[in-house]
Amino acid sequence: MKPTDISAPDYFHKVVDCQWACPAHTPVPEYIRQIAAGDYGRAYMINWESNVFPGILGRTCDRPCEPACRRGRVERDPVAICRLKRVAADYKPDIAALLPRPADIRIGKRVACIGAGPASLTVARDLAPLGYEIVIFDQDAAAGGMMRTQIPRFRLPESVIDEEVGYVLGLGIEFRGGRRIDSLRALLTQGFDAIFVGTGAPRGRDLDIPGRREAAANIHIGIDWLSSVSFGHIDKIGRRVIVLGGGNTAMDCCRSSRRLGGEEVSVVVRSGFAEMKASPWEKEDAMHEGIPILNYLVPKEFTHSKGRLQGVVFEKVRAERGAKGRRELVPTGEPPVHMPCDDVLVAVGQENAFPWIERDIGIEFDRHGMPVVDKDTYQSTLPRVFFGGDAAFGPKNIIWAVAHGHEAAVSIDALCNGGDVTRRLPPRMNLVSQKMGIHEWSYDNAISIDQRFKVPLKDSRIALKDIKAEVELGFDGGLAFAEAQRCLNCDIQTVFQAPLCIECDACVDICPMDCITFTHNGDEDDLRTRLAAPAPNKAQDLYVSSELKTSRVMVKDEDVCLHCGLCAERCPTGAWDMQKFTLEMSYAGQGCRSSA
Amino acid sequence: MTYLPKPKFHHPAIETNELGYTHRDYEGAISTLCAGCGHDSISAAIMHACFELNLPPHRIAKLSGIGCSSKTPTYFLGQSHGFNSVHGRMPSVLTGANLANRDLIYLGVSGDGDSASIGLGQFAHAIRRGVNMVYIVENNGVYGLTKGQFSATSDKGSKSKRGAVNSDLPIDLVGMALQLGATFVARSFSGDKTQLGPLIKAGIQHRGSAFIDCISPCVAFNNHEGSTKSFDYVRAHNAALNRLDFMTGRSPILLDHPPGSLQEVTLHDGSTLRLRKLAEDYDVRDRAAAMAHLYEGQAAGEIVTGLIYLEEDAGDLHEHLATEERPLNGLGEADLCPGSAALERLNQALR
Ligand SMILES: Cc1cc2nc3c(=O)[nH]c(=O)nc-3n(C[C@H](O)[C@H](O)[C@H](O)COP(=O)(O)OP(=O)(O)OC[C@H]3O[C@@H](n4cnc5c(N)ncnc54)[C@H](O)[C@@H]3O)c2cc1C
Ligand SMILES: Cc1ncc(C[n+]2csc(CCOP(=O)(O)OP(=O)(O)O)c2C)c(N)n1
Ligand code: SF4
Ligand code: SF4
Ligand code: SF4
Ligand SMILES: [Mg+2]
Repeated sequence: MKPTDISAPDYFHKVVDCQWACPAHTPVPEYIRQIAAGDYGRAYMINWESNVFPGILGRTCDRPCEPACRRGRVERDPVAICRLKRVAADYKPDIAALLPRPADIRIGKRVACIGAGPASLTVARDLAPLGYEIVIFDQDAAAGGMMRTQIPRFRLPESVIDEEVGYVLGLGIEFRGGRRIDSLRALLTQGFDAIFVGTGAPRGRDLDIPGRREAAANIHIGIDWLSSVSFGHIDKIGRRVIVLGGGNTAMDCCRSSRRLGGEEVSVVVRSGFAEMKASPWEKEDAMHEGIPILNYLVPKEFTHSKGRLQGVVFEKVRAERGAKGRRELVPTGEPPVHMPCDDVLVAVGQENAFPWIERDIGIEFDRHGMPVVDKDTYQSTLPRVFFGGDAAFGPKNIIWAVAHGHEAAVSIDALCNGGDVTRRLPPRMNLVSQKMGIHEWSYDNAISIDQRFKVPLKDSRIALKDIKAEVELGFDGGLAFAEAQRCLNCDIQTVFQAPLCIECDACVDICPMDCITFTHNGDEDDLRTRLAAPAPNKAQDLYVSSELKTSRVMVKDEDVCLHCGLCAERCPTGAWDMQKFTLEMSYAGQGCRSSA
Repeated sequence: MTYLPKPKFHHPAIETNELGYTHRDYEGAISTLCAGCGHDSISAAIMHACFELNLPPHRIAKLSGIGCSSKTPTYFLGQSHGFNSVHGRMPSVLTGANLANRDLIYLGVSGDGDSASIGLGQFAHAIRRGVNMVYIVENNGVYGLTKGQFSATSDKGSKSKRGAVNSDLPIDLVGMALQLGATFVARSFSGDKTQLGPLIKAGIQHRGSAFIDCISPCVAFNNHEGSTKSFDYVRAHNAALNRLDFMTGRSPILLDHPPGSLQEVTLHDGSTLRLRKLAEDYDVRDRAAAMAHLYEGQAAGEIVTGLIYLEEDAGDLHEHLATEERPLNGLGEADLCPGSAALERLNQALR
């Protein structure tokens, strides 16, 4: 293999598994160390810069970082990254002074954002401090998008949304609530230099099976029902509720039902339990509240009598590998089952809808009715119009909406300054030695062997009585510290300097995980079979040095390194050093304009 | 050195041996030696050898004298018996222990100061008596623990870190071991575990006195230019005779070995050593030739390494003395006190 080029930011970025997996590339270990040090304010601001909504995300994020977390490969469960984020938000001091101030000078560029969800708010936050005049339109009275209208209060208190949406709107942004945009053509004539479409995926999919129309009064579309609950238009539901669907919306529907009078609430899913779209923790939370999840049942008919819903008929299926190796659901042939109920919530998917975008204004749509959007710049085929969040590529989640927002802001900034929209500054990186003494490092390199700590919950008897009562109590300071100590500091990189190595083997001998091998070079597949420990995880790189004096090379499998620094402590020559990797993301306003 | 204990986590796919242990189960306390010390590498090689031979740690006794090298038994085989004796006295203590309990595996760990200076007489007698043990000298050419004075194995003309030139002739412990009748003699290098590991395993399997002189650079006091025990010097002058490829039980993955003809040697317990010869006409069973080769190498400025001499079916001290088969701790009162009739018989025999 060729010697690893550690000056390419991606190499060490990938080693920080969580940060690499985070769509917004939040520097996770850095904020976790701040939490361990009790500096919640800094921990919060590190998050705020990357992901804009630490308090919201610390309660609701889809957390792609956690399945990626190295701790899960080394021990069993990943670090509770998401809930540590909430700790920063919960215990931070007043951070108002740390936020950017509204721009003193306006640069004379106007940007409209349609929809006030996380995507638009991110665009606004990135651009407003640069002097842009931002107007956000939303059909709802308050900003926040689905974070406010869909996510139930028992998961996300309103005060947290108010606070964090407030930080963004406080940057001198004009929010026009209760203002639905019905014509993009009309908006295009209002002198905006750029328009960002962050209108989400607002339409819930329906289930067109017999009985749907006749029993309509007690069959509700999940996301419409949830927003009605959120607005206070709905405050009760029948005693027996069936929720159809296996995604996160279904989980919110069933748990909300339990709080609004539903005593016998079940979730019924076509697929198997493991294949459900809902995150494992969402399923766990629902089951914890006494909600059974029934799998391999396909709804066939709503039964009704005198215009009232009676129940749902399901066909039993099982999963089989089809001809093309794809999983298929085939009927078992058993008799159908009828489940009686008073209400049904249909949570079988979400769709985009752009009835307010005229099809002759230069924005191309594909055959699925989705706008044609560039995956890197978020620009549509009408150069002035950008899409992001759920509106761009279909429903995802908040953190992806934020990531889209950052990128779209970079594009908009380039467009408004006559720059090349496609040009992206690569992220920059920095490596700083953490050595303070022979065996002292400026990070805590002792490895905690604690298993993942559980977030304390409110007693479910109390929690189920009030739909606004937050279920999770969050970590207290002590638990937060202990959980933070589980983080392996993957951003503190093992940096190898071949010319200094005397091949004494000390690092090989001390490494608790058998990461390091000195051997003759070969291609990757060959090398992977010749290392001190099995190295089958190709998603994790091999770090290969240039040739050493004995004509061998140093090969380190990054897979399960603990970043304990013992290799560097044992190295007599400093050939290994522990260096903190910092990724500097390029946000709007950083150099893009100078390239014009 | 390191203050932190080594983390308990290990590689998720770590290998286990026939006893169900991982190589990590053969570790000891965290080493307090200087970072990069050759001695730590030898400790690692010992741990791996015991792991690969499926040795139950509690059947091993490790004995040592005084010195950085002699401290190392604390840093490996934490579940084994150990005795850190006085300077240069390891061979006697080991001999005594071995006489008391022949069932244990004996590792004698010493330094060049410990064995070639203060303990030279002890070294000589343990070897010549054929005590069943592996005697490893972690040879760095200096008294490491006392800050780097020349030891008796320092080559004449080699320079200390501060520039002083050694005017005395060195003692070659390998040459002495051959002369004293050791039945397994090897030399290796801490910086070459693919050579050292199999030698330790073979030494453990060997019955009789197995001696390994392992050059082990002292990174603090003897790894500079002008030293003849530095990483660079040893690598540049290493003349390996052979490579031990394979032993029954567990075959190490062979990576870095150049080709050469094979010589097979069967040990007393039936396991096989396969030697890949690097010096074509060298025969490990010829003591006189071995001594000659050693002198020639030395004259040519080479450091001869590998398995230098082996006598496959050697006896040991117990055999020579026809001692009781059982360990002393297994003898009951009836064995130890055979009664007045037996005493009477003995007295009669002496009249
Ligand atoms: C029930 C449910 C629970 C969820 N839970 C989570 C969760 O726990 N974690 C997570 O990460 N994600 C969750 N999501 C997904 C997440 O809410 C969305 O992915 C995210 O909010 C998308 O952000 P966005 O900025 O694209 O738009 P949205 O948040 O969808 O906001 C779009 C806004 O645009 C407004 N709008 C639409 N059309 C117009 C128009 N023509 N004129 C004016 N305004 C308009 C809408 O009123 C809305 O306020 C959940 C979704 C649902 C449905
Ligand atoms: C009876 C006695 N004399 C002298 C000493 C001082 N002393 C301690 S270690 C040592 C030399 C050790 O040298 P070596 O065996 O080569 O070990 P190294 O530290 O080099 O591994 C000496 C002379 C002592 N401890 N006891
Ligand atoms: S930091 Fe060094 S010693 Fe620790 S696990 Fe990683 S490679 Fe091994
Ligand atoms: S400890 Fe340092 S000098 Fe020794 S082999 Fe490892 S990197 Fe090289
Ligand atoms: S002084 Fe020399 S022999 Fe002793 S621990 Fe340090 S490097 Fe090793
Ligand atoms: Mg010494």
